[in-house]
Amino acid sequence: MNTMIKPKHQRLVLIILALIALIGAGLLAAYALSRQAAYFYLPSELAAKPPEAGRAVRLGGMVEKGSIKTMPDGVTINFMVKDDKARVPVRFSGITPDLFVEGSGVVAEGRMEGTTFVADNLLAKHDEKYVPREMKNMSTEQAKAVIAETK
Amino acid sequence: MHGFANPARFLRMARWLMPLMLVPGLILAFGALAWGVFMVPPDRLMGQTVRILFIHVPSAWLGMAGWSTIAIASLVELVWRHPLAGIAARAAAVPGAAFTAICLATGSIWARPTWGTWWVWDGRLTSFLILLFLYFGYIALAGAAQRDAAAGEGASRVTAIFGLVGAVNIPIINRSVVWWNSLHQPPSITAGKSSIDGTFLWPLLIAAIGFTLIFGGVVIARMRMLLADIQTEARLRRKAMA
Repeated sequence: MNTMIKPKHQRLVLIILALIALIGAGLLAAYALSRQAAYFYLPSELAAKPPEAGRAVRLGGMVEKGSIKTMPDGVTINFMVKDDKARVPVRFSGITPDLFVEGSGVVAEGRMEGTTFVADNLLAKHDEKYVPREMKNMSTEQAKAVIAETK
Repeated sequence: MHGFANPARFLRMARWLMPLMLVPGLILAFGALAWGVFMVPPDRLMGQTVRILFIHVPSAWLGMAGWSTIAIASLVELVWRHPLAGIAARAAAVPGAAFTAICLATGSIWARPTWGTWWVWDGRLTSFLILLFLYFGYIALAGAAQRDAAAGEGASRVTAIFGLVGAVNIPIINRSVVWWNSLHQPPSITAGKSSIDGTFLWPLLIAAIGFTLIFGGVVIARMRMLLADIQTEARLRRKAMA
């Protein structure tokens, strides 16, 4: 037996082993959850494995540019949600969030009816960029000039 | 490091360290908030609501930094039996929980006008709510261990083990927007890169520094309080014996 090990080193080794086991368990759990914990399906996932008709699901992706069309009743809109592989037509009646615009992200809650996704609710998903309104179309040099002017 | 193990030496240092952190912290944090609220232009998509950024992001950072403090201090307590480590871990719990609650509240208020909902059960929001519940559990456990001081070191050790185990949630929060489809957007600031324009980034960084200093000052203040509690308890016990 090795009696030379100091108690604090023994504790350190024990805790490191316990932490490795714990992190391993956490990673395995996260991996197992990777499908269930997703908040929405991408268009390509919906196309590859369509849920049974009428089951409530969420569809998330980009609103295709130029695809939003308002129907004659004035409250119903049709648009396409796409990812890099597939596109799904969506129909929605109601008030859209402010950030619901073409070329931006959306999460639609609803169900498949035939090939169309009928949404009860729309949530806007924005990207991680924060840019002032005045500068969104400017080059970096122009933006710097504007900031310098306002000082 | 064991130089700081002496509570008397720590208390002498804490007396000037606490105002040294709190005063500049308050100035920087509220200065940066004023900058963010009154001087920064609106965001291209979100408009005026972007101003919540300057309190939401620092409190998210401190909610997670608070539990990281608990985890590291718990490790030091368990392995090296450092007498101040357990105190530091317990002192970080309440301010950490407060910042976590601020982050959840401001996030919810921000989500309504931007996403169109107060709350969703996506990976990021859910894991951050779990962090708040972990704080509540930790505070309750630490309180019970302190009242049960007669039970010896065992009770305090259970608290430290809970602090270490709960740290598993921190990387999950961090990765939640990468591993799973979520309504919350992916991280804006990653190692050495930022998708936040400089106009927003500077007040945000200063707010983060300011709130971190406030957090540090509050932790030191709470450590002083916990040490004073222990001293009073010991003195009362000696009086009762005599």
